[in-house]
Amino acid sequence: MAKSQDLEVQEKKELVSKDEKTAPARYYMPPTDIFETENALTVVMELPGVEKQAINVNVENDVLRVDARIDFGKYEGLDPLYTEYSVGHFARSFTLSNKIDQEQISAQLNDGVLTLSLKKVKEALPRQIAVH
Amino acid sequence: MATAFDPFDALFQFQQALDSFRTSGWLGAGPSASGGYPPINIFRKGDDVVAIAEVPGISKSDLEIQVIGKTVRIAGRKAVEYGQASLHRRERLTGNFDRAFTLPFEVDADHVKAECRDGMLALYLSRAERDKPKSIAIS
Repeated sequence: MAKSQDLEVQEKKELVSKDEKTAPARYYMPPTDIFETENALTVVMELPGVEKQAINVNVENDVLRVDARIDFGKYEGLDPLYTEYSVGHFARSFTLSNKIDQEQISAQLNDGVLTLSLKKVKEALPRQIAVH
Repeated sequence: MATAFDPFDALFQFQQALDSFRTSGWLGAGPSASGGYPPINIFRKGDDVVAIAEVPGISKSDLEIQVIGKTVRIAGRKAVEYGQASLHRRERLTGNFDRAFTLPFEVDADHVKAECRDGMLALYLSRAERDKPKSIAIS
């Protein structure tokens, strides 16, 4: 195999949030890529171990909030012997700079990666002004 | 541990249990026993061992798993492709990985079950028959 970049372990960052949870369990911040095209903003988030029905996405007051819960009942009957990462729910929010059409947010989950496509509202699309 | 499922406390207790086994000496010193991608948690389930790795964004076809004797190898690549777009934030890491870890017992290579779902890889590893303890009858 051609020598290319080796993948490194990304230590999970614990979520530091202004609004604390009532339960003491730790939440983690999913590594996220965000990119923008002409008519949409795409948010790609790594949520390993989360099933699609356990993901909650909402946009309120220009804040995109993703809350993803793992089903740790799957670990029932398993006794840890050696661990390198912790397991917890994920949460993260972003303040959006563009106006987003809330009706047109689409979400897809593949191999533990959530892809959110946020369509911009018409007023926010770049307009071509014709010069006469 | 993990028997009484109080929804408010159970996860926290589980997280603390995981923390206390961080870098336990169980895997022993090996060529790439600790560290390295993907991060692995190892659990005991009855007589077997379950290794669970986080591999978000890696499809089954990009993973290669081999078992020989006591050693398990997980290799593959993680690629992220966005095409032409203006990137605002880039946090996901990409690249190749190749990791081997050695268990303290011989693995029954013919009966390893591997599952990959929602970015989690689970390997069910059982002890090879000839590595199992034998009961000796006292004559």
